[in-house]
Amino acid sequence: MPIARSSALLAGFAAALALTSCAPKKDTIRIGEFASLTGKEAAFGQSSHKGTLLAIEELNAAGGILGKSLELITEDNQSKAGESATIVKKLISRDKIVALLGEVASSRSLEAAPICQAAKIPQVSPSSTNPAVTETGDYIFRVCFIDPFQGVVMAKFAKDTLKVRKVAVLTSVSSAYSVGLAKYFKERFVADGGVIAVEQKYSEGDKDFKAQLTAIKASGIDGIFLPGYYTEAALVCKQAKDLGLTVPVFGGDGWEAPQLVEIGGAAVEGSYYSTHYSPENRSPAVTTFLAKFKQRWKNEVPDAMAALGYDSAMVLADAMKRAGTTEGAKVRDALAATKGYVGITGTTTLDASRNANKAAVVITVKNGQFKFVESVAP
Amino acid sequence: MPKPTLALLSAFLFAFGVSLLSDRLDPYYLDVVIGVGINLILAVSLNLVNGYTGQFSLGHAGFMAVGAYFSAAISLFVAPAFIGPAGTSALSQGAFFLAALATGGICAASAGLLVGVPSLRLKGDYLALVTLGFGEIIRVLFQNIEKFGGALGLNRIPAYTTIFWVIAFLALTLFVVTCLVHSTYGRGFLATRDDEIASEAVGLNPTRYKIVAFVIGAFFAGIAGGLYGHFKLTITPTGFGFEKSIEIVVMVIMGGMGNTLGVILAAVLLTLLPELLRPIAEYRMIIYSLLLIVMMLARPQGLFNFKFGQTRS
Amino acid sequence: MSEFLQQLLNGLSLGAIYALIALGYTMVYGVLRFINFAHSDVFMVGAYLGYYLGKLVPPGTLWGGLFVLFAAMIGCAGLGMLIERLAYRPLRGAATLNVLITAIGVSLLLEYSGQRFFGAAPRVFPPIFPERNFQLGALIISTNQLVVIGVAVLLMLGLQFIVYRTKIGTAMRAVSQNPKAAQLVGVNNDVVISFTFGLGSALAAAGGILYALNYPSIDPLMGVMPGLKAFVAAVLGGIGNIPGAALGGLILGTVETFIGGSQWSTYKDAIAFAILIIILLFRPAGLLGRFTAEKV
Repeated sequence: MPIARSSALLAGFAAALALTSCAPKKDTIRIGEFASLTGKEAAFGQSSHKGTLLAIEELNAAGGILGKSLELITEDNQSKAGESATIVKKLISRDKIVALLGEVASSRSLEAAPICQAAKIPQVSPSSTNPAVTETGDYIFRVCFIDPFQGVVMAKFAKDTLKVRKVAVLTSVSSAYSVGLAKYFKERFVADGGVIAVEQKYSEGDKDFKAQLTAIKASGIDGIFLPGYYTEAALVCKQAKDLGLTVPVFGGDGWEAPQLVEIGGAAVEGSYYSTHYSPENRSPAVTTFLAKFKQRWKNEVPDAMAALGYDSAMVLADAMKRAGTTEGAKVRDALAATKGYVGITGTTTLDASRNANKAAVVITVKNGQFKFVESVAP
Repeated sequence: MPKPTLALLSAFLFAFGVSLLSDRLDPYYLDVVIGVGINLILAVSLNLVNGYTGQFSLGHAGFMAVGAYFSAAISLFVAPAFIGPAGTSALSQGAFFLAALATGGICAASAGLLVGVPSLRLKGDYLALVTLGFGEIIRVLFQNIEKFGGALGLNRIPAYTTIFWVIAFLALTLFVVTCLVHSTYGRGFLATRDDEIASEAVGLNPTRYKIVAFVIGAFFAGIAGGLYGHFKLTITPTGFGFEKSIEIVVMVIMGGMGNTLGVILAAVLLTLLPELLRPIAEYRMIIYSLLLIVMMLARPQGLFNFKFGQTRS
Repeated sequence: MSEFLQQLLNGLSLGAIYALIALGYTMVYGVLRFINFAHSDVFMVGAYLGYYLGKLVPPGTLWGGLFVLFAAMIGCAGLGMLIERLAYRPLRGAATLNVLITAIGVSLLLEYSGQRFFGAAPRVFPPIFPERNFQLGALIISTNQLVVIGVAVLLMLGLQFIVYRTKIGTAMRAVSQNPKAAQLVGVNNDVVISFTFGLGSALAAAGGILYALNYPSIDPLMGVMPGLKAFVAAVLGGIGNIPGAALGGLILGTVETFIGGSQWSTYKDAIAFAILIIILLFRPAGLLGRFTAEKV
């Protein structure tokens, strides 16, 4: 009777599935978070998660909000497509969360967005910069600026400060972030009279860029725009130097991480990127954040993802306080009215399209340290 | 009325019955059930190729991608021109969804034909690699087509997939595969698998059988892709990489190749397992992979293959 | 012309690494006729072993680098033999597809354990060999590229020696041709298969370290793409054929580099597969593989 036995096994599994969730405690506010804690983009997801968790713990230490303590329920999507939709449904229907935080990658934020919109659960994305994310509906917010703004910032910076006229663009074709940022940069740079001499592509996970760089070198450019993440940025800078290519390399907020300097070493000296906050900023808020983060996470230095993860939780908590309730519609209205919130990543004002309207800073690497170059207001 | 047809009709009725209840089901459980259903369609259709016909294909996710993209494109770009952007009856919506799914399925089947005709000259691991290669090529192509959203993929796909459609198409897949394999014509699939040369000697055309199996398998993979797209509402090229193909192959082999019931049980188990292991968070996938190894060591003939002596590869 | 030569050099150093990994696939396939999916993760473990060992030796010295290289190779050889003993040997004689699933399981296990225990964030691989760039005309050559090509060539020559000039190598070839007959003439198949796994895994570890030297950012999923490419290379050259794997690796590395530097770089991965498919359609057993007609 093995078939009967395995059917019984399956029935048992189904029963276990029904028991996996537990009823919410009365005196807590449940906030959901979905993040890529394992898989390809785990480095970003974990960073962001550490920031978010720190914020929740801090809020609880200060007595919670609305007289209740906060409970962060985190689910991992393994950086896989399709997983986020399932876990967001679980968070909403089983764990009864009142608001959702996440994700870093725009494509996965986009998976969760229609579900949150339909369930009228406000979603705050910490660092998805693709414009499409918040276009899904009026319950979807983000605390970072969007790619069109960042592209314009870097195009202006390349033209005015770096004074380069002929640049190469090296894009990751498998990353929506990279493709989007490259597009907005090119539009502005060309409109301002610059020349895109050559465009080269790579895919996420590539480690060898010598082929693209050799072709770029042959085209005689005076700058390389590299929208992508820090690992690639560091490797590109290193391999460019190996090939004797000495023009400045510059990129966006994906570069922001201590590993940029660790991997890139001397090769990233004199490169530039735009990002959300300057680690040189010695405002009391940033200083205490740095200290607390290091204390909580084994001396790790927070990157931009961590800072934004922290701010996303704080902006949400701020809105809940102002709303005086955790009811979806009221929290949504309060979030939409967020104005001049001073966080780690600067002053956040959410505009009519539910995007953060905040300044970008341009950072350079000097003697192995991140140095502030200039701030660009929206 | 013949028995299989009756079973199919009752499955449709059952699907309709369940869909009446779906509003009362917890959305998370419903999501898991629909996910299981879509994986079942994929596994059962791949079983026709890998199990019954004995061709080792590693490109099923590629065909799924073709179906997902083309049916989503119909719903996003073509259908609104006919039914207007919003406010239509459930009936016309259903009709357009069917049309979108059919388009997806047919496009996937054409891709299957395109891949199958040249590559089925190859055998075993070489065929596996070529199908894997085609899957990756399809993914890279979608990544580079601006109309299909490039790396960001397509989003805001209308949420047409319901439990009714999933059960109905699962029933149809099972019906077609089972009837085909048990028909006089379909014995040729098994003959091709068991001994290609002998089957040729008795006048069968193995190449033709392989291609038919490949095209039908691809068609249903395309349908599954279409259901998937209108269910997750967002599709990206990275979601259809070779990891997805391997996931489906694992279901087929673990169920015991060419054993539809076993494949069904394995697909259900392997889809539910990661969900059940969710509470142990960061150890989840470590336990999952350990279980995969242990299950295979404990039952090398396939987890749910109970007909001893019929094990084959 | 200088661009062409530079790309050729880039391609050869990439191809040398592919070839090292491909050798592991091909050797295991030769004796057991199955694709060892976990091979690419042994490659990853090799890089991590190098990372931890690299902290123990003074950076940038030749002997330190060689010590790390050999220690990691021995460590991974042990890991490979352990995997074979625990996960594959119990399935000896079962259908190869079942072993394939077990291999996928082992691969996932190594990847997820790596993410849990090494951490998911990329680590910086220490420069264990002395590093310098020098110029040859318009050509820029880094010592790392030379180390990669040099080590790869030496290891391949060593492998060729083991397989064709030693007793265990003869036994390996015997098992690969006919395991039952090999047993009848007194070959201990278990020992030979275990040795093959050890050897293949040691080469994967060497590949991992050379890869990490050239691209000094390592993470638990770093093996996936090079592993897939190396597998393609092994099949391209004719799987089970050792010179074929080396040739396949070099061809794939070079082709990929040239496409990567052209305007078609977007389609790089697709074109690599397309070339493979076209070659297989005309030579169904790979470039150097011998096509055996099935006997009736």
